[in-house]
Amino acid sequence: MPASKTEVLQGTLDMLVLKTLDSMGPMHGFGIALRIQQVSKDLLQLNQGTLYPALLRLDQRGWITSKWGVSENNRKAKYYSLTRAGRKQLEQEVESWDSMSGMINRVLRAS
Amino acid sequence: MREALRIFTRRLTGLFRRRRLDDDLDSELCSHLEMAVDLNLRKGMTAEDARREAFRCFGGVDQVKETYRDQRGLPMIETILQDIRFGFRMLRRSPGFSLLAILCLTVAIGANAAVFSWIEGILFRPFPAVAHQERMVALAGTTRGTTAYDNVSWPDFLDFQRNSTLVESFIVDRIMGTTLSIGDRAERATGSVVSSNYFDALGVHPILGRGFLPEEDKGRNAHPVTVISYQTWKDRYKGDPEIIGRMQILNGVQHTIVGVGPEGFDGTFVGYAFQFWVPVSMQETFSNSYKLEDRGERWIEGFAILRPGVSRQAAQEEMSSIAGRLENDYPATNRGQGIKVFSLWETPFNGAGTMLPTLRIALAVVILVLLIACANVSNLLLVRSFARRQEMTIRLAIGAGRVRLLRQLITEGLILATLAAAGGLLFARWCRNALVFFYPPLPNGIIVNLPGEIDWRVLALSAGVCIFATLLFALVPALQASKIDLAGALKSDSGGVLGGSAKARVRQSLVLVQVSLSFALLVGAGLLMKSMQRIQNESPGFSTEGVLTSTVDLFAAGYDKPRALNFRDQLIDRARALPGVRAAAFSMALPFSFGGYPSAPISVVGYVPGPDEQPSVEFNAVSPGYFATVGIPVLSGREFTRADDEKSGPVAVVNEAMAAKYWPGRNPVGEHIQNKDQAIQVVGLAKNSKYGAIRETAKPFYYVPMRQYVSVRGNLYLQTPLSATVMAPAIAREIRAIDPMLAPMETITMREQVDRRNFTQRLAFALLGVFGGLAVVLAAIGLYGVMSYAVSQSKRELALRMALGAGASNLLRRVMSQGLLLTAGGVALGAAAALALTRLMGDMLYKVSPRDPLSFGVALLVMTVVSVAASFLPAWRATRTDPARALRG
Repeated sequence: MPASKTEVLQGTLDMLVLKTLDSMGPMHGFGIALRIQQVSKDLLQLNQGTLYPALLRLDQRGWITSKWGVSENNRKAKYYSLTRAGRKQLEQEVESWDSMSGMINRVLRAS
Repeated sequence: MREALRIFTRRLTGLFRRRRLDDDLDSELCSHLEMAVDLNLRKGMTAEDARREAFRCFGGVDQVKETYRDQRGLPMIETILQDIRFGFRMLRRSPGFSLLAILCLTVAIGANAAVFSWIEGILFRPFPAVAHQERMVALAGTTRGTTAYDNVSWPDFLDFQRNSTLVESFIVDRIMGTTLSIGDRAERATGSVVSSNYFDALGVHPILGRGFLPEEDKGRNAHPVTVISYQTWKDRYKGDPEIIGRMQILNGVQHTIVGVGPEGFDGTFVGYAFQFWVPVSMQETFSNSYKLEDRGERWIEGFAILRPGVSRQAAQEEMSSIAGRLENDYPATNRGQGIKVFSLWETPFNGAGTMLPTLRIALAVVILVLLIACANVSNLLLVRSFARRQEMTIRLAIGAGRVRLLRQLITEGLILATLAAAGGLLFARWCRNALVFFYPPLPNGIIVNLPGEIDWRVLALSAGVCIFATLLFALVPALQASKIDLAGALKSDSGGVLGGSAKARVRQSLVLVQVSLSFALLVGAGLLMKSMQRIQNESPGFSTEGVLTSTVDLFAAGYDKPRALNFRDQLIDRARALPGVRAAAFSMALPFSFGGYPSAPISVVGYVPGPDEQPSVEFNAVSPGYFATVGIPVLSGREFTRADDEKSGPVAVVNEAMAAKYWPGRNPVGEHIQNKDQAIQVVGLAKNSKYGAIRETAKPFYYVPMRQYVSVRGNLYLQTPLSATVMAPAIAREIRAIDPMLAPMETITMREQVDRRNFTQRLAFALLGVFGGLAVVLAAIGLYGVMSYAVSQSKRELALRMALGAGASNLLRRVMSQGLLLTAGGVALGAAAALALTRLMGDMLYKVSPRDPLSFGVALLVMTVVSVAASFLPAWRATRTDPARALRG
């Protein structure tokens, strides 16, 4: 079902964005997109545009904030940074991801 | 939860800062793409390739924006706002239609809101200043075997208070009038004798001074103190801040003003605003006799405030059981006496009880008016939906859902109804006090108070009416519109959107509804008018023309009984000598006044009372010449003379009803009435008359001479062909000649006096007349609309007929017969509705059958004339069509 697929994708994308901001500090949208592609070694095929609704969603939840700044090559750009609530959310998600993947690993390897 | 709230508020702000946020997103996406192009250029791509690659990686810019926007705002609210904006635009585009529709609905919703506010302010929550009026109930005494309500005696009242566990507090409230003279200005004033807990129990706190103290209930005339109302303080004492401790003469006794009530508190009597209150201990000062120690003297109009959570039924059971015990303990006074607990809106002793039937009719009437107005607006919408068929068709064709279309039309309806509701509420606020204007003029100083109350309940109910109305008038046209046959409608733009006949049928049935409801209202108005006329023409048993009455408040002027008698003898002699005066007389109680009559327990030799009956008959004390002056025929025996005084034996004149009950088949003259230890000889038999209201049935009544039952109170009667305005100065002059300190109250005809008691009939008739007229106008508009539309639709057919030689009269007849057919159908339906609805008016009608043929006939006539007029204009226009042009076009 497309609905459940996007949901998974959304959740994953949200986590990737949070992780990126956590390790890289404040970044603009283009930078986040590049970073995710780099880290996933281009395995994750991502339409860069889909990043923006995700950023809005995270902003609405209060996990990230944004403000306008100037990029390294002197372009006006909106910079996103992680809030305290966002950091906590990331920790929780990493934790639940770890336990989930550990459980799946155990189940898959049990037989 | 908090997170959900934050998301919602962010989204909500997103809704209102749309333009700025759009710009923001645009520049963000722009900078993203520029950075991507920069990077690609640095990788060595050509400018063209760099751009294309950047867009490829990004994906569809517009899709992203769309998702982003949906995410940002609240899509549902956004479409609703869109619908509303569009709706307003559509209404502005046809201002004539919009105005007419809003006007119809404003009148209808306004009428509903006004009646709701009256019901709220007069029946359900009449005392907004009282802390817990929802727990307040009214108390009245009952007598086994009768349906009349009595008052409660003070000793009984105290016993109820002592023995009840379910009632938080009992309060005494007894309306009375007096003269309030401040400086040289004397005016009537209405006040109340109340128990000392009155203000505390009601949670009403005086703004100056205090309420009453518990000891002020006790001791005969021991506590001449009074609390005045805020309005009296402002109007009569000019808001004097030093008012506390000042003296004021009330009924001839100096009272100390101890408190001023808060603004907005007018006492607890539906109908009149009270100006002052005195404690129970002052009862004798404001009445004819001392009643505080007599269990048989029932004078208290009481209220109780129930404890929280106690039902009226539970309170009734407890009170009845206490009344049962009292009956056992005090059989001499309490045999057959019970007590009944009433909701405030049924209170038998104030305006609530008398207004109830009138307001019930008013409610039924305004609901009918609402239905008529809805049918009208519905018709207008149908006409317009025809004009909008192209817009609708195109919207459907380019993919608007039918539900969306339906929603759009309902939204437009809601806009109309909401605007109308706002206007209607203003209207209701404006006529909050309108009921008072139907009241006949009263003496100066008496304040009729029948306010509407617009609180959240009335607002909620009006909003409900607004939505209900919208569903009624917008749904039919909306459903019709959503049935558009797309292919057919697009093929030819002149063909109907709907089957023409289906639409015509809908509109015709709407007119049918209008005509029938208007007819029913007209019949109702007719019945009430006839019943008003019957009441007006009904003789009260005394002369209403050529008899004037006036009052001098000797009580307030401090007269004692001998002085009062002396004053009256002099005044009668002087009045008789006035030119134009044929006869003059006095009586203690004035017929058709709210004060009522005293009653006395009697026994008659040969009359055996029923097991629970304590024969008691109302009476009046009258001067010699009273019967001749007011025009009550004495059938047998004689009337009183100056010889019937304190030195001669007690005598009485009885009425026919009393004679028939106590001396059946005999002439009562010469018989005796035993009143306590006094044997009264009957010397005359008077014709029955009405004593308190036109609608009362004949009841036993007797008269005693004024010198044998002395009271300081009295009313003067003059038999004269001259008018009240001519006589008033002459009377005043004669009164001043006897005592320069005295001034008479208003001088009025007995006709006016009787009319004051017919207020509710007059009000019901006025309301029904106004609304019935309104309904007929609305129905005429509806009929006219349908007829002119029908004519415009069948232009070609009519032109063809003309071309083939049909004459103007033929066409006129053809078109008009259609309108008259509709009217006939509506009248038939309306007659059936009227027969069912007029039963509601049962007790408002006086000597008129709910099937009165004259009322039905007049309604039929009015309806016919109106519908002939409404269909004549379109028909006449049809005959003026130029057939050639109509056929070509």
